[in-house]
Amino acid sequence: MGTILSIRDLWKIYPNGTIANQDVSVDIEQGSVHAIVGENGAGKTTLMKVVFGITQPKSGSISLRGKPFAPSQPSDAIQAGVGMVHQHLMLAPELTVAENIVLGVEPKNAGVFFDFDAAVRTARDISEQYQLSVPVDKRIDELPVGTRQRVEILKALYRNAELLILDEPTAVLTPQETDILFQTLDRLKEQGKTIVFISHKLKEVKRIADTVTIMRAAKVVETRAAEELTIEAIAERMVGHKIDLSRVPAPEQVGAARLSVRNLCMTRDDGVQAVKNVSFEVAGGEILGVAGVEGNGQTELVRALVGLLPVDSGEILVGSSDIASLSPKEIRHLGVSHIPEDRMEDGVAPLMSIQENIIVDRYDKPAFSTRLRIFWKKVLAHTVGLITDYRVRAGSPKHEISSLSGGNIQKCVVARELSADPDVVVASQPTRGVDIGSWEHLHSLIVEARDRGRAVFLVSADLDEILKLSTRIIVMYDGEIVARFDDASKVTATDLGPYMLGVKRQEADSAAVSA
Amino acid sequence: MTSLLDSIFSVEFLFAVLRVSTPLIFPALGVAITAMSGNINIGLEGIMLIAAFTGVIVSIYTESLMLALLAGVASGIFFGAALGYFHLKLKADIILAAVALNFLASGLTIFLLIVITGGRNTSALRSLTFPSFSIPLLRSIPILGPVLSGHNIMTYVAFLSVLVYYIVMFKTPLGLRIRAVGQNPDAARSVGIDVDRVKLYALMISGVFGALGGLYLSMGYVSWFSRDMVAGRGFIAVAAATMGSNLSLGTLLGSMLFGLVNTLTIYIASLDIPSDLVQSIPYLATVIVLAVYSARNFAPRKRRAAHRRRQRAQAHGKDT
Repeated sequence: MGTILSIRDLWKIYPNGTIANQDVSVDIEQGSVHAIVGENGAGKTTLMKVVFGITQPKSGSISLRGKPFAPSQPSDAIQAGVGMVHQHLMLAPELTVAENIVLGVEPKNAGVFFDFDAAVRTARDISEQYQLSVPVDKRIDELPVGTRQRVEILKALYRNAELLILDEPTAVLTPQETDILFQTLDRLKEQGKTIVFISHKLKEVKRIADTVTIMRAAKVVETRAAEELTIEAIAERMVGHKIDLSRVPAPEQVGAARLSVRNLCMTRDDGVQAVKNVSFEVAGGEILGVAGVEGNGQTELVRALVGLLPVDSGEILVGSSDIASLSPKEIRHLGVSHIPEDRMEDGVAPLMSIQENIIVDRYDKPAFSTRLRIFWKKVLAHTVGLITDYRVRAGSPKHEISSLSGGNIQKCVVARELSADPDVVVASQPTRGVDIGSWEHLHSLIVEARDRGRAVFLVSADLDEILKLSTRIIVMYDGEIVARFDDASKVTATDLGPYMLGVKRQEADSAAVSA
Repeated sequence: MTSLLDSIFSVEFLFAVLRVSTPLIFPALGVAITAMSGNINIGLEGIMLIAAFTGVIVSIYTESLMLALLAGVASGIFFGAALGYFHLKLKADIILAAVALNFLASGLTIFLLIVITGGRNTSALRSLTFPSFSIPLLRSIPILGPVLSGHNIMTYVAFLSVLVYYIVMFKTPLGLRIRAVGQNPDAARSVGIDVDRVKLYALMISGVFGALGGLYLSMGYVSWFSRDMVAGRGFIAVAAATMGSNLSLGTLLGSMLFGLVNTLTIYIASLDIPSDLVQSIPYLATVIVLAVYSARNFAPRKRRAAHRRRQRAQAHGKDT
């Protein structure tokens, strides 16, 4: 049917120097569903933000229906017939569906007043025209997420969108809602709309897409017809590098269970079940690796373990105490350390000094303070000791911690967490975004903790890391543990892949554990 | 004591409640409309003071009530827009900008007052006042008549303003946009609405309401300007609007509750109680009402419960 959108040699560099899109070229066929896949940070969302006018490229060109197209703001894109359904829905919660749909182009009464009835009629018409049923006179905050997303799609269609961009639309949906969304997309395609579908859930991409563009590290790796690619082939191109499996030798002895999770269930902010009946144990002296595509409940699970999120039901036992209702501080006192996945958000206070960041969990110990004052000399000596031991490259302990490189900030976090002498180490993406040298060093620190008899719970999106470090491996998909491997040394990435993508699951699993 | 009760359950008392509520209803509507657009406006205090001053001066020099009204409202719009300029364009914190506005208003009016009067007794500045208005049929109804009829015309304008607020907020595209901007600015932006412009309009309209309140104070409630005569009404208005969830009827009732307390204060002053204590009653009432009001919304400290509540509150603006 011809090309509706053509992106040529596009570069996008953010002010902080991050290259988000490097020489990207993509053609999108009119009337097709075109998936753009890639890992987090591969540049797919940035690319679509450029197309929707939210951000502007450094160089390169876009043409829409053969004409040059350079939107400088979303309204330009909307006028040109481009609609975008954002991952975080853009709806006013206390307004009705109809009001949200017509917002910005409100029907008027006598030229002055907002004609609510006309808005309802319009919303109803458009919802019937595209067979997208929504309760037009209900308020947004009364509706489930799947319905809200339909409202978002209707919003775009009401503005005559011919090209509809959906940014990770299934991230917030239940499987049933996902099915309904896909039926909708199929129908929209039949009606001649073009759909760009951003995702990293490959099963869904296979199910819905005609064409797939794979991005990795800001570049387009390949664009091909979806039927020519298997899920495994897409995954390999998405991740890219060959995996080096120089594994850490298994521990000599494994002690008693230090961390036990039984039948844990959690609900996410948007009402989606994030963790479904998860049970596992971690013993002293072993590393339990959690493999899985990010966003399958790992983040929520970790936050529950360290007291940052509430649980719906189930037990989290550290030793023999249930920590499910304790505060993070109480949990730390029971011997749990946390290496958080987002070090700048949860790991450090960026504007405070290295030594202040080191003592946040221990400033109130008699060694460092009385009620009235902090012994800064002792703090300094302590920090200098840790900087040396953990090989942090830092000028002075009094420098702002954010003046360090990412790898060194992470080493500070790890130094604090491991020197707290924990029984249980909860490590989430411990090496994300660090250079290869720090990567190895951090690994050796984690293994050292293991060898001192600590129970290590390791969550990582980096399969190499999981395979290298883990004693045992569990795989999470869609909030569930779908596979368990008791001897990690016999597992390969190929074994894990199908489970991580939700293609395969060990059926006996949940029964075996709940027994 | 019985005489106090007698005087409270009197037509005069209810009449006074309406009179005293008037300079609260106006700024409360101003607070409400900015709150709907997602901003807290504590600058009504200053806007009222400037408008009160402008009205008096213009009425003395021009001897025209209409010009005084127009000048006062214009000053309100101007300072509402100025607040918007500092907050939206120069990205100042709106609370700080409003505090600055309030200090400016206080200092500027005193300064200009001295310049104009040359430091003479300010009560020499007799302002024109808005007329009182007795409603032909209504006034002959017993009890209701004497309570509702015969008020200053601005009191009726205040009640009319509540209706205007309702219509603007819920029956016009602008109101819809103000609410959308307040609830989720990204949503408004995503459909091409200029969020800052909408917020500016809300601040300017709030300036109109604030100015009407100020004008009534100096040109109806009394007939002169005195320093800092707004006396915290701009802040009490924040409490009144918050209590009323920024809705039209709620804001009206909130304002009238504070009006009632203030009127009581006037009546209690006739008793043998230290006057400093009596004068603190309206402010004490504000603190108590707000404390009770927020206690009701305060989530238990347990993290589960607190978290659930937060979830419901922000079920939309998820950011993970």
